[in-house]
Amino acid sequence: MSTRARVGPQTGRQHAPLDVDALLDDRGTEIIVCCGSGGVGKTTTSAALALRAAERGRKVVVLTIDPARRLAQSMGIEMLDNTPRPVSDVDPAAGGSLDAMMLDMKRTFDEVVLSQATPEKAEQILANPFYIALSSSFAGTQEYMAMEKLGQIHADAQRTGTYDLVVVDTPPSRSALDFLDAPERLSSFLDGRFIRLMLAPARGPAKLMTAGFGIITNALTKILGGQVLRDLQTFVAALDTVFGGFRVRAQKTYALLQADGTAFLVVAAPEPDALREAAYFVERLAEDRMPLAGLVVNRASPAPQGDLSGDEAMAAAARLRADDPTSLTAGLLRLHADRTRMVEREAGLRARFAKAHPEVPTAVVPALAGDVHDLAGLREVGGLLAGGVQGSPVHR
Amino acid sequence: MTDWPRVQLHVVTGKGGTGKSTVAAALALALATTGRNVLLCEVEGRQGIARMFDVDPLPYAERRIATGLPSDGVPDGPTDGAGGKPGVVHALHIDPEAALLEYLSMYYKLGRAGRALDKFGVIEFATTIAPGVRDVLLTGKVFEAVQRNSRNKGAIEYDAVVLDAPPTGRIVQFLNVSDELAGLAKVGPIKHQSDTMMTLFRSPRTAVHLVTVLEEMPVQETADGIAELEAARLPVGGVVVNLVRPRDLAAADLAAARTGTLDRDRLTTDLAAAGLDLSAARLDDLVDGLLAEAHDHAVRRDLEDSQREVVAALDRPTYELPRLPGGVDLGGLYELAEQLRAQGLA
Repeated sequence: MSTRARVGPQTGRQHAPLDVDALLDDRGTEIIVCCGSGGVGKTTTSAALALRAAERGRKVVVLTIDPARRLAQSMGIEMLDNTPRPVSDVDPAAGGSLDAMMLDMKRTFDEVVLSQATPEKAEQILANPFYIALSSSFAGTQEYMAMEKLGQIHADAQRTGTYDLVVVDTPPSRSALDFLDAPERLSSFLDGRFIRLMLAPARGPAKLMTAGFGIITNALTKILGGQVLRDLQTFVAALDTVFGGFRVRAQKTYALLQADGTAFLVVAAPEPDALREAAYFVERLAEDRMPLAGLVVNRASPAPQGDLSGDEAMAAAARLRADDPTSLTAGLLRLHADRTRMVEREAGLRARFAKAHPEVPTAVVPALAGDVHDLAGLREVGGLLAGGVQGSPVHR
Repeated sequence: MTDWPRVQLHVVTGKGGTGKSTVAAALALALATTGRNVLLCEVEGRQGIARMFDVDPLPYAERRIATGLPSDGVPDGPTDGAGGKPGVVHALHIDPEAALLEYLSMYYKLGRAGRALDKFGVIEFATTIAPGVRDVLLTGKVFEAVQRNSRNKGAIEYDAVVLDAPPTGRIVQFLNVSDELAGLAKVGPIKHQSDTMMTLFRSPRTAVHLVTVLEEMPVQETADGIAELEAARLPVGGVVVNLVRPRDLAAADLAAARTGTLDRDRLTTDLAAAGLDLSAARLDDLVDGLLAEAHDHAVRRDLEDSQREVVAALDRPTYELPRLPGGVDLGGLYELAEQLRAQGLA
């Protein structure tokens, strides 16, 4: 890894480097899940990994959630139609290919219902106001549907051989953990005590109606009104028929995530909150026996060149400004001082993470000066992820 | 002078990673001028406020967490420059389940039934399944804090409430509670309650501020957010541009830095004049480094300047906050608060 971009002092001693190319080239890697808190560059990272894998000979499909408009345009996935489409201008020399799709959460949910229920029942469910609310905005639906779609694509790919690698971007949840919890939460929600109670009158004799249920229906009627309660009961009764299917699918997806062919990459920015989320996630993955491949720290400040300390630079800048308040050199010294301070701070944050999780291989990706919105940009990020200096802003 | 004298409820939203929680906290400090009480609320269960202010995790109760930024800009003094007592920032971590229980006992006197609901998992059900219901509960508590007056015995009256709200992509859905609920409850008390809340949210007493950074996607999301807020008739406040790079290089120098034509000799001479006692090799290395950094900075500034134009075209009052190289600690929050006050957001 001698060609690795220099980021921060003592980069090599803080953590084991993550060998991205080895991960992408390993035919045993069937699924890569990029997760992390919002705003850390998950979408760009997944797209860059997918492109790099494709140009190294893998047949890849990348499932993105919410790409930036221009990036989506350049990948040809502005249409939200839940179908993977080939990305043009991918270098086919190594025999690989890249398809991309953007997740349509509601549509995926509708498809699950349609596949699980009789047409008549399905229609009833799809029209219910509670289903509409649940499918379009349930906290966790997006996560659950991303998993659902992953399961579908993976199963199709295994059957038809269209793809040998699925890269998944995860929804921009508040917390990275939502993503792992969502299928379980939806399934336990559908399995919940309250739902069972709601179903009791529909299922059996009236004597099953407990005193507790009386209190509840009264209270709910008081708060929500009778119509809402009736809608809710209809919804729950209709959904009951597809419960079994939901649970089985959620369990399957969970098992798929634990399988050897899956690799989780935790993405973070060198900020305390993002790294804290990353640490929780690393612990949680271990607890759930999910295969963690490593940590990607995006947007690291590139190490400054030269060994002038931040304080020295600021002092020199002040001396120059005394003579010439608009001195260019003073401005540059200040930039150097800022960068030195940021690099030190980020290195400190990463060192703390590495101390608590020494086993996690890490790739540090220096920040690019501009936005990434085309394949060339993705290629550059891919190179940086793999530790190369290609296109790196760090000269030398 | 503040640009928002009539606003009592400041809603702060922004894309993930833009620092909306930092801006909300700084705004709360800036609003807490002499003798004023400010409440800073969070609704996303992150305990971000506790971490920023370095206090223990917050319960579902209003806690005093900081002294406001005094008029003379020096925090923690016994009096501020004007001779009055500095304002106080309180914080509240709003948890939907606790809010629902409180709501049930407050409005429906459902003490026992409320607990029964909890026991049967109804609370979890309601707060999970129907995001509309969840959001009504979260915003309902904020509404209550804004509407409080002297009739509410024992409760603190606030001059301003700052809400660290969900991200831009979800903000309209979050505030537009009555529309969200409309599909579920067309009549009934909860519908009535959400309609009352909407009257406040749509009034000039509320402003929704959007935090962005000068990059393409967050700026685009800000523009989309403004359009959505306007379509929902929610009052758009200011745009806070966060994490701005220093702007002390002249335009001509930036252009030269981008094309790699900065005057190397001038730099070398200046550095020697600045009293840096370096060997020729180290000096050379430093000049190389400064030129490379200048190039990166110029490219970044170019991006920022073009995005700044896009922000200007949004035609909203705009406030800029610098990127603090050392990160945001409590001192940093006061520094940002001072900037917000000087620029008129508070």
